[in-house]
Amino acid sequence: MAAPLTLLLLVAVTVRAALFRSSLSELISERVEVVSPLTAWKRVIEGLALLDLGVSPYSGDVFHETPLTIYLFHFLVDYAEVTFMVSVAGSSVVVTYLILFQFRKQKFALEADRYPLDCLELIRSPKEMYYIPLKVAMFYLLNPFTILSCVAKSTCGLNNAIIALFILSTIKGNVLLSAIFLSLATYQSIYPLTLCAPALLYLMQRQYIPVNFRRASFWWFIVQYAFMYLGSLFVIICLSFFLLGSWDYLPSVYGFILSVPDLTPNIGLFWYFFAEMFEHFRLFFLCVFQINVFFYTIPLSIKLKEHPVFLIFMQLAVISIFKSYPTVGDISLYMAFLPVWSHLHRFLRNIFLVSCVLLACSALFPVLWHLWIYAGSANSNFYYAITLLFNVAQILLVSDYFYAFLRREHHLTYGLYLKRKDGSEATLVLK
Amino acid sequence: MGLLSDPNRRRALISLLTRLNTPICIVCYMAGVAWFMGLAFEPFTLRTYMSENAMGSTMVEERFPAGERALATGREFSAHKKRTGGMPVEWLMKTMQAKGLEVFTQRFSRTLPFPDENKERYMVRGTNVYGILRAPRAPRTEALVLSAPCSPGDNNNQAVGLLLGLAEYFRNQIYWAKDIIFLVNEHDLIGMQAWLEGYHHTNTTGMDWSPLQGRGGSIQAALSLELSSDIITSLDLVLEGLNGQLPNLDLANLFYAFCQKIGVLCTIQGKLQRNDWDSVSGYSHAVQTMMLMVMKQASGRPWGDHGLFLRYHIEAATIKGVNSFRQYKTDATTIGRLLEGMYRKLNNLLERLHQSYFFYLMPSLSHFVSIGYYMPAFGLLAVILLLRALDLWVQLSTPPQRTEDGSSPGVLSLLTPLVISHLTGVALYMLPIRFQEMAVEHFPVSETEAVVLTAIAVYTLLSPGTEQGWRVLKLVAVLYLAVLLGCTALINFSLGFILALTLVPVAAFVTPHVPKVLSAFILVILSPACTLLFSVFFFQELQEMPISFQDGWLLFLSVISQGILDHSLYGSLVYPLITLLVYPCWLLFWNILFWN
Repeated sequence: MAAPLTLLLLVAVTVRAALFRSSLSELISERVEVVSPLTAWKRVIEGLALLDLGVSPYSGDVFHETPLTIYLFHFLVDYAEVTFMVSVAGSSVVVTYLILFQFRKQKFALEADRYPLDCLELIRSPKEMYYIPLKVAMFYLLNPFTILSCVAKSTCGLNNAIIALFILSTIKGNVLLSAIFLSLATYQSIYPLTLCAPALLYLMQRQYIPVNFRRASFWWFIVQYAFMYLGSLFVIICLSFFLLGSWDYLPSVYGFILSVPDLTPNIGLFWYFFAEMFEHFRLFFLCVFQINVFFYTIPLSIKLKEHPVFLIFMQLAVISIFKSYPTVGDISLYMAFLPVWSHLHRFLRNIFLVSCVLLACSALFPVLWHLWIYAGSANSNFYYAITLLFNVAQILLVSDYFYAFLRREHHLTYGLYLKRKDGSEATLVLK
Repeated sequence: MGLLSDPNRRRALISLLTRLNTPICIVCYMAGVAWFMGLAFEPFTLRTYMSENAMGSTMVEERFPAGERALATGREFSAHKKRTGGMPVEWLMKTMQAKGLEVFTQRFSRTLPFPDENKERYMVRGTNVYGILRAPRAPRTEALVLSAPCSPGDNNNQAVGLLLGLAEYFRNQIYWAKDIIFLVNEHDLIGMQAWLEGYHHTNTTGMDWSPLQGRGGSIQAALSLELSSDIITSLDLVLEGLNGQLPNLDLANLFYAFCQKIGVLCTIQGKLQRNDWDSVSGYSHAVQTMMLMVMKQASGRPWGDHGLFLRYHIEAATIKGVNSFRQYKTDATTIGRLLEGMYRKLNNLLERLHQSYFFYLMPSLSHFVSIGYYMPAFGLLAVILLLRALDLWVQLSTPPQRTEDGSSPGVLSLLTPLVISHLTGVALYMLPIRFQEMAVEHFPVSETEAVVLTAIAVYTLLSPGTEQGWRVLKLVAVLYLAVLLGCTALINFSLGFILALTLVPVAAFVTPHVPKVLSAFILVILSPACTLLFSVFFFQELQEMPISFQDGWLLFLSVISQGILDHSLYGSLVYPLITLLVYPCWLLFWNILFWN
């Protein structure tokens, strides 16, 4: 496993290094699909310059990254390329290991033979599983979205690395580290807050604590986790305050994420909607759009409480679709998980359609941008249409995986070849 | 969503689509071609109408009186041009200053990558002269441009004369709210490129030019004038710009409205408008006009000096005076009045022209086909690719025996043809200019292509492959082609449609199991290069100037070299698109045919 992984890392680093040196990197770092106002490297540089001049980096309306990031780059600015490569490579390795780890567990499930006999073909053989971590690393490292985001030096790569570390520490069962990394991820971009549900579910599963609202042990564990989470969040926020000496960053980072003042076009759903809207509806729809990101946590956690890892995947996808400033870097993180669910492929229904649409949309983004901004012959409606289609395809992809997952669970309990009472072949109807 | 989630209906639909795949594809192709041909039929087109309020309802009166004097200035200009053997910069500056303009010059020089045989130039240096008439009525934040090229020989003298005459007349009017820039550019598009880059402070093509000393506001619209005789019979409107970009339809409407008002014969693509749309000859006339527009747009080159303005968001068109043997004559005063009227209406603009269409085809000056009407023609062709892809997907997902280990060598056997065909594309892109530097003999594109083709044939004959392998490769190639053509058609519909016409049948029928020699022949006939060759003959045929095969071949070669020149001089995208993307895609199908 180590040798192919090293080879993969080498290839990935070479591609990125070549792109960093080419003239394309400047072009890529300007693309709205790749960088958002939150993650743009240009803005980080601006913030650093302000910091060096002794001005608060948040005094203008340019810089919106967190204070810890800017202090990190204060020391690392000359090694920025290396930092981004390390973060990408690191997160891929981390994800690989966590997948490896996850599968050790699944092997036990295989031996547990609690499933009907004809479901054996639904359960992956160890040989299949052997390659999956490598495939995951490949999906993350060689995904064009990750490459673009890394070459643009989008700080999204760092956020992804933190989330990967959070997932790893959760799956390793380390409660403290999990809480710390979750608070870091939340500190970076609020939305990972929703990942606390799968983390809690997983950790409780590991410690054999039943998910039951009437048990004291359940509540005790939640209080413990919340204490660690809030404590570390408090420490980080105070640390930022002491580093900067002011609370400027709170409205400038979190206010910026939540109230969406920057309507630069991106691949998300917010910009067009809020650019078109009458001003007095703004607050209402802002709440609707933001609640949308958080709301799915509740039904998904109820439905998937036995499968926290799949829940993590679903949550990551939901965040990257509905967050206020999404970039392709966010998408690449949940796409890295797709090979993990390769056993669901036989139940996927629209994968061909969805992948065609995603492919076509990715190609059409720059084309329509060109027609709108440079040629002036198309307009924002064209670009937004593609954004909309892209997001619909993502939603279809995620719901397809969700459906396939549920269907597999159903078959695992009731047998693969369902029969009606009269003996004919039955079909499952989703209602 | 019922269709997407109900398994029975899905199965029925998919089995229908796979069973009837070939007939549906053929019907789609026919329907696409028929739809396209139907676009020129007048009842299916829309009448043009002025969308821009600022230009529609406002009345202007044209009073330009000094046509004869303008022609005299033109004769003086031609005398000075002959004496200096190029652009008479001194005289032009003096004349423009005498008319009360702020006059500036710009020098530029450019070495072409290889000698241009059509225009006989290699090391180009020249000077642009322009005069700015400052707006008396408003802050100088916006400008209009009137340009006339200073062409070699006896061409376009009248255009420069009329430009100077208009400048003098405009100077005395008080209603201008926008700066008007009168530009005389040397070396046609190269000079125009230098001036536009200087004006906008960009340098995209590595040309040398001196910075502009004087500027007006942001340019709202531009007209380029070409006039080579004292009396003309009709005016021709040229719209096609770089990369097939078109100006806003309102500019064409404005021209048409004034031609109607003043009573000048106007043409588009050199074709008069006819009223007998219900007769066969009337319909074929409209088809010819539209096809000429499609061909010109597909070539991606600027068909007049206005072509480069479009890149900077400036609506521009070229107006060409044509002197044929018609009875109906128009003198310079009338043309001056027409231009005066157009500029006065443009002067009234409150914002950039944006109300009307940017994507259109014109079967005549008074009718147009908008994007919503012509895109289905392309869509019907593109659907074929998707249907074939669906068919392949179904075949791939239900194989007789499933072997999981077949996937990892599959990736390699898939990557090799992809990489190799793209490398040949890169070679084809680089080699012509590299070769030209080494050997000064005739243009070696055909030789390069022959070499590359043989290399590919040899390579593919040797490569082993599985039954599953070619299906995957074809799936990739078909989707690749679909995305590629879709993007092309959005930027330049004509190019996308012409490529789709020839490449879609190839993509649809090629498998390793069809007769090799015959299919290889068809594949070569439908290759991008042959498409270009046919287009050259077809274009000549449409212009009613049929040529022999020998001349056609020479023209074909010169068209290729023009394409490369357009790419390196003005940044036209057709040549890189064909060599770097379309040609490799075609090679993939070649590869599938010779899959063992």
